[in-house]
This record gives sequence, C-alpha cells and structure tokens, in this order.
Amino acid sequence: MAEKLENKFGKIRTVEEAMTHINDGTSIMIAGFCGVGSSYRLVQEIIKKGVKNLTLISVDAGDPEVGPDYIIRGEQVKKLITSHIGATPRTGELLNEGKMDVEFSPQGTLSERIRAGGVGIPAFLTDVGLGTIIEEGKQKVTLNGKEYLLETALRADVAIILAEKADEFGNLIYNKTARGLNPHMARAADVTIVDAREIVPLGAIDPEHVVTPGAYVDIIVQGGGEWTWEWQLKK
Amino acid sequence: MGMAIKEMMAKRAAEEIDNGNVVNLGFGIPQKVVNYIPADKTVFLHAENGVLGAGPAPEPGKEDKELIDSGGVPITTVPGASFFDSADSFALVRSGKLDITVLGALEVAENGDLANWMVPGGLIPGMGGAMDLARHAKKVIAVTMHTDKKGNSKLKKSCSLPLTAMSCVSLVITDIAVIEVDDKGFLLKEVFEGHTVEEVIEKTGADLRVVDNVRTISYEA
Repeated sequence: MAEKLENKFGKIRTVEEAMTHINDGTSIMIAGFCGVGSSYRLVQEIIKKGVKNLTLISVDAGDPEVGPDYIIRGEQVKKLITSHIGATPRTGELLNEGKMDVEFSPQGTLSERIRAGGVGIPAFLTDVGLGTIIEEGKQKVTLNGKEYLLETALRADVAIILAEKADEFGNLIYNKTARGLNPHMARAADVTIVDAREIVPLGAIDPEHVVTPGAYVDIIVQGGGEWTWEWQLKK
Repeated sequence: MGMAIKEMMAKRAAEEIDNGNVVNLGFGIPQKVVNYIPADKTVFLHAENGVLGAGPAPEPGKEDKELIDSGGVPITTVPGASFFDSADSFALVRSGKLDITVLGALEVAENGDLANWMVPGGLIPGMGGAMDLARHAKKVIAVTMHTDKKGNSKLKKSCSLPLTAMSCVSLVITDIAVIEVDDKGFLLKEVFEGHTVEEVIEKTGADLRVVDNVRTISYEA
C-alpha cells in the first residue's frame, strides 16, 4: 500500500512529527465516547512525552485506563471540559482534591459548542440547563419571549482524531459509534491530527462517503494499537 | 409468586411505548424496559453517542469494539438502524424527535422538576446527556423507588438536590404506584398489586390527587 502513496501534500507524517504540536499548556480535543473513537497510540505518546498543564476537551473522561483517563490520572491535565466523569473515579478525586479544574457542559451542549467552534459560530442560544447549576456565570438572553443561555463555542490548539480510513488529502471516514465527536473536533482545532487505521491514495474513497473533507486535516499518522475495554476483562 | 418489582416497573414503563417510537433509556431500571416491548412493536432505541436503532447485546465473542451504547457496552443494531455523530445525536433530541426518555430519578417535584445527576458532597459524575434528554424528550418518564433508604419520599413539593431540568417529568413510575404529573401536580392513577392508595398518599411528600378508578397493576411472572 505504502508505495502507491505519493504524500503529495506532505500530510502523512510520523507520530514523532505529529507530537511536536503537543507541549506543556496545549489545549487538546480528544474524540471518543467511553474511549471508543479515541486514538490509542497518540494518547500513549502524550503520556510518554509527559507534557503538563494541558486543557483537555472530551465528551467524557473515558473508561478506567482507556482514552483520556490515562492522561488525567497522570495529572497532566490542568483543566478538563467535559460532560461526564462518572466512569473514572480518579477524575472525580482529582477534582475534589483541587488538582484539576473541571468545566461541565451537558453532552448535547458540549457537542454543539464544539460544532460551533468548527463552523465559525462564536456562540449560540439553548434552553438546556435553564434552572440548573449550568446557568452559573452565563449570560441569559430573551428571544421571542423565551429565555435561553448563551453558550460559547469551543476550539483547541490540537484535535486528535481517530478515522477508519484517510486518503492522503485527509478525506476521512469513520466506523460506527467510533464517529462520536470526531467529525466536529476535526474542524475545531488549529492543528488536526488524524490517526487512521488505513491510509489510501486519492480517489480510493468515494466522494459520497467522505464524512470529513480533507481540507480540515493537517497531519495523518498510522498509530496502530488498540484499547482493552472493561467488558473484555470481565469475560 | 409474581415478578420482581423492578421488572414490573420496567414492564409498566414499556406500556407507554408505541410502534415506531424513538426512545432513549437511561441507566438502571430504565435499561430493563427494552425487555418488555412487545414483539409486534418496532421501536428505535437512541444512544447518545450516535445510534438510532440500537439492538440487544451481541453473543459473547461477537462483540464489535466500535459499536457500543451510551454505557460503553457492546450492542448490535436492528434493521433500519442509523449511525451519526454525537452532535447530530443531540440535534435529534433538541429538535423534538425523541418520543420518550425513561430516566432514573433522585427526586421529582410536583411541578415536574427532575433531579437525577448529582448529590452534593460526593464524587461528581457529570450530567452526561441527562439535561438535554430531560429538557427536550416529548415525554419524560421517571422510574424510581418511591422513597429513599431512610424512608423519605422522592416525590416532593420541590427538589432539594441540583436539578437536571425544570418541569419536564410527565409520568412517575415507582415501586408502589404510577403517578401522572400535570399542571396541578401529582395525580395517582395506578398502584402495584399489594399496595393501597392510602399507603401511596402517606409515602408521598406532596399533595396527591387520586383518580376515581385507580388501576391495580398485576403482572403474571
């Protein structure tokens, strides 16, 4: 396969090259839901590099020792923006110990904040969270006689994306529930790094099947490796 | 010997579901509801991560690592299922296409306020998709024990715990009764076999109106 790839756009890089974009203080979006859709290799590399004071944006904190949980339990994260940390007790402990700041956003609102960040919309109105602690510190807007919360868009320095397939321009397709927030995070970062299971030549993906157009993608690596999920260990 | 009460609660919740409904089931007892949807009804189960048409668990060894439900557990899909991203998943919820959500509850208030996501002082789990679901599902069914472990009613005049969403619950199914929430408050409609209207009134921490003909729910095991 490799000999067919011309790497005409220079987007196909080594994992080491990709990792130069992740340093102390970098804000990172990591896609994945309970770890499904999170790049195994790039998470391992973030741990190995030992970068600190990260801002992490992720729908959840992963599952124990899967996905973002790995980075969080190593105390590499200064701030986590997420909707759920209930599956990863260590995350909650770090929050209670004051070692990490956690900003909670309802899952649909969080998804939309990331979507907004990727489509050039700075903020939007929603009634989700009205009358709850989510209101705290947020501007309320009345529109057509109804009250809404103003929710701001999210962007990051780097997005870490897991794709089933990428062509060398970075056109992406995903697999089942590993899609998650991958297509939205791919648009919402200054540098979008894709870990692709397979890299194919231009034209090998039917344009009708492309989910993320290659224009959004900066770096493509083939990370390899796989998570072990809790349900596998229980057997 | 009849069914276990949690199974009966799930079976009662399943009675609310119609053919073709789009339904999201929360954790705990709500997850059991799927087992009681009759075979002549085709229901599309929604999972927050991005599936409509979630099917039962795969046989051991047939799991697909990239096909999970919102609890991270491997699932299958039913004929007619679709995959989409997680923002689209909540677009479906906010735009009013989710017919029913069945959620657990810590407290329900007589105006329909729901608290089900956190207890101050412990580890904070985060709300996940509960706030979005509770606010925008067309029908929110709360399934909960009638009282907590200390015997305090979970049905109250107002919630003391942090809210998930305001005025969202329209039906409460407890281990002793089925109670509708309308604009006047709680309305007792049904009791599970072995329980009385008087007992439900006594265990409810708010005013309870009672319909004329209270149904007694009894299911064969």
